[in-house]
Amino acid sequence: MEPPENSQQYLTAAEAGLVGCRACGTVAPRGTRVCPCCQSRLELSETASLQRVWAWLIAGLIAYIPANIYPMLRTVTFGRASENTLMGGILELLHHGSYGVAFIVFFASIVIPIAKFLAIAFLALSVRKPPTLDTHGRLLLYEVVEFIGRWSMIDVFVVAILTALVQLDFAAAISPGIAAVSFALSVAFTMLAAQSFDPRLMWLAEKRDES
Amino acid sequence: MNLDQIIACPVCDALHHDQDVKKHSTAKCARCGTVLAAPKSGAMTRIAMLSLTALILLIAAACFPFLALEAQGFSHRASVLDTVMAFSSGPMAPLSLATGFLIVLLPAARYCALIYTLAPMAIGWRPAPQAARVYTWAERLKPWAMAEIFIIGVAVALVKVSGLARVELGPAFWAFAALLVVTILTDSAICRLTVRKTLKIRSSGQSEI
Repeated sequence: MEPPENSQQYLTAAEAGLVGCRACGTVAPRGTRVCPCCQSRLELSETASLQRVWAWLIAGLIAYIPANIYPMLRTVTFGRASENTLMGGILELLHHGSYGVAFIVFFASIVIPIAKFLAIAFLALSVRKPPTLDTHGRLLLYEVVEFIGRWSMIDVFVVAILTALVQLDFAAAISPGIAAVSFALSVAFTMLAAQSFDPRLMWLAEKRDES
Repeated sequence: MNLDQIIACPVCDALHHDQDVKKHSTAKCARCGTVLAAPKSGAMTRIAMLSLTALILLIAAACFPFLALEAQGFSHRASVLDTVMAFSSGPMAPLSLATGFLIVLLPAARYCALIYTLAPMAIGWRPAPQAARVYTWAERLKPWAMAEIFIIGVAVALVKVSGLARVELGPAFWAFAALLVVTILTDSAICRLTVRKTLKIRSSGQSEI
């Protein structure tokens, strides 16, 4: 596959009066609503894409707040009840000396979500403003965000497994806290935010800035 | 110009002439480097077989005993279904439903969709009706099929309880562990645009790409 004639100035589907499909690469005349090949919706609209990104991102951010405040786990050992928040669980792991796992959980439930909020906001802003990072760098950032985002769900699964497993009547019983719900929602919303971002907008903006 | 002979890069929208790419070589977008075609011999067969393997492992994981816990004379068994139902009491019930979808139903649906699209092509038949649409769904489900994330969650949970109790691993645990490997193999074998192109060509009646 070769780029058309001039290898420096790439002709895009949008400029050629066409619309390309994000799922399969098929091109169709502009105005076509549904891809003739794979039936995906076709559109390349900056406003629509960015509005959806911001909406999901804000929803994710809002859901992330109760996820940190409310308890994630409720443990009852010999009649004594204790509640653990996200950060509390990590501190407990550190206390037990399992640094590796504490690091994984810290990374999956604190570092990744926050880095993801920042990365998506940066990507969405950079479409409108002259960017500080070149388009290839931002594309890499976008791919990392899309790949890594779903792994934050680990924490919700850990709560589910612990709840199902640790039911030893009087000796120990674990039940989930409400933070599990808001954390799961936060992860899902940010995944949707990342999916709503159309990477083609970055390349459109690059060309617009050059000219 | 015939629109069938050009494709737009899904990531940066640059137009390319759609040429035949040699087996085992990779065609990348000249502008952003996204892989546009990576045909491999037997890729369809491999993906279809791996999907079938994954589906069988998933069914095994859902049916066989999963984990058992023993401490201070108490013992408790948990199946994958118990794990899904962990949130089922009280206001958190929707999360139980979501967990069931994320770790069992959506991965199963994705593998069924992959088998439906690719198995007929792997044995040289014409694609099944609506194969292109079904494949679109397989691609859309991909980020939401979290069986492989679940097994990492299991590992973390096991470390958390290993201090206070003895944990017994059932066959379902090993099925999930194998599923992790098979999922990675499947995902690395799939080249989206190559599958698309093959689907398109086979549907239009030609037998060989």
